[in-house]
Amino acid sequence: MIEAIGLHKSFGETHALRGLDLSAAEGTILCVLGPNGAGKTTAVRILTTLTHPDAGSATVAGIDVLKDPSAVRRKVGVAGQYASLDELLTGRENLGMIGRLYRISGTTVKERASSLLARFELTDAANRPLKTYSGGMRRRLDLAAALMARPPVIFLDEPTTGLDPKGRLSMWDLIAELAKGGTTVLMTTQYLEEADQLADDIVVIDHGRAIARGTADELKRQVGGERLEVVIDNPRYLPEARRALEAIGESEARVDEAAKRVSVPVASHDGVLTRAIRALDDAGVHVDDIGFRRPTLDEVFLSITGKPAEDAAEVSE
Amino acid sequence: MSGFGWWLRDSWEMVLRNLIHIKRTPELLLDVTLSPIMFVILFNFVFGGAIGRLVGVEGGEEANYINYMMSGIFVQTIAFAGIYTSVLLANDLQKGMIDRFRSLPMAQSAVLTGRTLTDLLRALLAVAIMWVVGMLVGFRPEGGIVGNAAAIGLMLLFGFALSWVGVAAGALVRTPEALQGIIFAVVFPLTFVSSAFVPTDTMPDWLRWFADRQPMTLVMNEVRDLTLGIDVYDAELAAVLWCVGVLVVAFPLGLWLYNRRTTQ
Repeated sequence: MIEAIGLHKSFGETHALRGLDLSAAEGTILCVLGPNGAGKTTAVRILTTLTHPDAGSATVAGIDVLKDPSAVRRKVGVAGQYASLDELLTGRENLGMIGRLYRISGTTVKERASSLLARFELTDAANRPLKTYSGGMRRRLDLAAALMARPPVIFLDEPTTGLDPKGRLSMWDLIAELAKGGTTVLMTTQYLEEADQLADDIVVIDHGRAIARGTADELKRQVGGERLEVVIDNPRYLPEARRALEAIGESEARVDEAAKRVSVPVASHDGVLTRAIRALDDAGVHVDDIGFRRPTLDEVFLSITGKPAEDAAEVSE
Repeated sequence: MSGFGWWLRDSWEMVLRNLIHIKRTPELLLDVTLSPIMFVILFNFVFGGAIGRLVGVEGGEEANYINYMMSGIFVQTIAFAGIYTSVLLANDLQKGMIDRFRSLPMAQSAVLTGRTLTDLLRALLAVAIMWVVGMLVGFRPEGGIVGNAAAIGLMLLFGFALSWVGVAAGALVRTPEALQGIIFAVVFPLTFVSSAFVPTDTMPDWLRWFADRQPMTLVMNEVRDLTLGIDVYDAELAAVLWCVGVLVVAFPLGLWLYNRRTTQ
């Protein structure tokens, strides 16, 4: 549903995109993950016809973004930082205006606006100007606006930035629900956890290029396999725990004294847990928690770029 | 619906949006309500006596200054209201609203026609208010229905043309604040180096040469002829040509600059 090949875009001396490829199949969620200034917003702006790339091509819903931008606009919904809603209009007026500008008939617009407002728990605020909305309400109205035309493809530019944890969770539910209903979603995010939770596919971009791509699992595997992690009740027994686990694991154990935690890389799950518990028990170590753990996307970013995601770039978008 | 029909509908949608803005922030109307009222009253009562006696202005049996001055204030107010389009457009550009519109399958130029049509309504409101206040303090437009209607039509045409100059300026200049400054520096002197408040014949030759030929003077003079039912200035052709000429240049220029700015 979304295909971009070799997108380049420069603003003067700043190279926002340097040959970015993106691809998302129908009904899937593609997360474009990267720090500020990586080129995420520029990529979305090109795919939603707002910016012309210097080079490269893209199709959305089978339509060429450069050749027929207005046909693309009929097929996509956009929500995000850069495409705002009207501060002085009420939530309902905003949705009405956007629906009519999508050229949907007046009665349908009214029905859809009401049902979207209800679905996103905005009915009580529907007749208040947008400037009185909280951050979470705004984001929900943004998403509602993107859905007015029931588009097959939606683009969400950092849909949860600035939301509190509760708002973020409810936004995640809404996005997951959309993809389940067959909508193709491309979203950008700075939050690794968010991509991990939602994405069918992840593209990690940095300085305008894709530096890694795949499912969350594939990316994690790329960084390193699973580890067996044990938390014990008494830190005095950490050396014993370490010895016991190293006998089972693939290589050296990592010990976190403050967290009373020991972990070792393991090749498979087969019988590992039973052997580990038995070995720890024999060594007289009391276990608080034990389990397999895969690396987080934070670790993925660190291992690919050699630096944490937060300070990868300073250029603003 | 045809392309033209959709364009009209989208433009109307934009006008409605702008009218809601006015309803929610009535301060947006101060420049076309309170300030022209103040101008009419201040110029008439503060300067009227002195200037009227000194210059022996045309347009009445007695030297009735308000009859002379009203066309000046009409056109000055319309000019400011028209060019103010730029500030309102620059606001939208700054707040990301334009990107929202550009992501929609609407007629993109409707954003601009909606803006300029709303400003035409603002100009009409300003004329109506000044007309009433003017008549309360002695303005006597004896040009008849046809003459007065033609005068209003000419003023609105002038305002509409300047709105498109405003579109071009709004697309060109980065911030609303900078525009406010430019407007004050450019439009304000232009309204004074004209026949707005005094006849141009007391000005030094070089200044008079400019004042007599600049479009504001020509529009003011023609409005004066039409509202007062006199035929002193005979500027109808020049005034209309100026308005149409400005529109013919500013309309495509405004569209082009706006497209260039928004597709970066």
